[in-house]
Amino acid sequence: MKQDPVPASDAIGRLAQEFGKLPGIGPKSAQRITFHLLRAPEERARSLAEALLSLKQKVTLCSACCNVTESDPCPICRNSQREVNQVCIVEQPQDILALEHTGVYKGLYHVLHGAISPTEGIGADNIRIRELLARLQGNTVKEVILATNTNLEGEQTAMYLSRVIAPLGIRVTRLARGLPFGTELEYADDVTLTRAFEGRQEF
Amino acid sequence: MSDPREYQTEAIVIKKTKLGEADSILTFFTPRLGKIQGFARSLRKPKSRLAGHLELLTHSQVSFARGRNLDTITGAQTINAFLTLKNDLWLTSCGLYVAELVHQFTAEHQENFAFFELILQTLDHLGRETDKELVLRSFELHLLESVGYRPQLRECIVCHRVLEAVTNYFSPSAGGTVCPDCRSGQSFCCALSLNAQKVLRLLQGSDLSNLGQLKINTELHREMENVIGGYIKYLLERDIKSAAWLYTLRAQKSTLQR
Repeated sequence: MKQDPVPASDAIGRLAQEFGKLPGIGPKSAQRITFHLLRAPEERARSLAEALLSLKQKVTLCSACCNVTESDPCPICRNSQREVNQVCIVEQPQDILALEHTGVYKGLYHVLHGAISPTEGIGADNIRIRELLARLQGNTVKEVILATNTNLEGEQTAMYLSRVIAPLGIRVTRLARGLPFGTELEYADDVTLTRAFEGRQEF
Repeated sequence: MSDPREYQTEAIVIKKTKLGEADSILTFFTPRLGKIQGFARSLRKPKSRLAGHLELLTHSQVSFARGRNLDTITGAQTINAFLTLKNDLWLTSCGLYVAELVHQFTAEHQENFAFFELILQTLDHLGRETDKELVLRSFELHLLESVGYRPQLRECIVCHRVLEAVTNYFSPSAGGTVCPDCRSGQSFCCALSLNAQKVLRLLQGSDLSNLGQLKINTELHREMENVIGGYIKYLLERDIKSAAWLYTLRAQKSTLQR
């Protein structure tokens, strides 16, 4: 008869369980990481533990743009080189990383931390729209660029924002929605193709 | 005979759940298979070939490969993207309300072809009719009928006498109207004006194509919405989340217009 594996001692079992709770890590991977750390020098474990703790202790939200930051205001909001009259609205802090990587945009950001999703019960009050509207009252912002995702939730959030921002007399723009680079036309869907035609430009 | 490993069906996307890094689990309503789920790998990456064809409220031809737990989506081609719906905040929200009701009222793998047709018609009419709320009410009534909860609107549900032309009452627990005499025995009744009774009966008896002639004022709209909404809430024993969003949008619209 097949024997059960020897039960792990408490410390090993506990750590493996904790790793197992992380996204994309199953019980086997959790065990592998745990035993890897067990064999590694103590400094590795210490630096990992410190990094984990400082993540929760130091990182807060920027009081201006709601981006994650260690210093408030965040480095982008503090940077005097950036255009203060443009604000680009994104759903997640990760979206800023993608946009910053291009180096094209020189304005400021605002992170909503989600998108309006009526079927999930997420309304305008559950994401950081109130903070945005308070910020726009200041009269320095001349243009709001909507860079929410191009799925139904993102589109809905964008339409909602344009509706509440329009009365403030601020220019509202939306990132172009069309064909992504490096793909084939054949597989594009109707909505994308329609928008691509509407947004075509002089070449 | 064993089932084929791959199969194709028309489908309307009614729900989308994120899974892992870039995958999704989608819920569809189909003409022959009822409500089904499918797994879509890498759907949330920008180069996904399927993403645009599998957005919420899209009518597509979808192919699946059978999996152990979930069937994997291998291809999709849009039939109708309902673009007019997606370009408008209010219409998108109405569409999502329809999708949520479909999801809540159906069980998986229960074939219902007429219901599939009803969803398509509703999404289509939402984009065309001027009175969107009537489309929603008509959908709700036909949905209730389709799943076996058709409200009785012609006779008193207690004494079975034909209703007189007065204000009667609607009882969610009894599933229909009660006359003023029988009202005392029913808990949580709400009043149903004569006009509301007439309109609801008319909607129940006709399909979406005859809505154009009806002219309904806001007050009557609110009354019908509350009565049917209350009945739906009673049946599901939960709130419809997207209904709350419709309220929010409407309240905001009236303050913006002022």
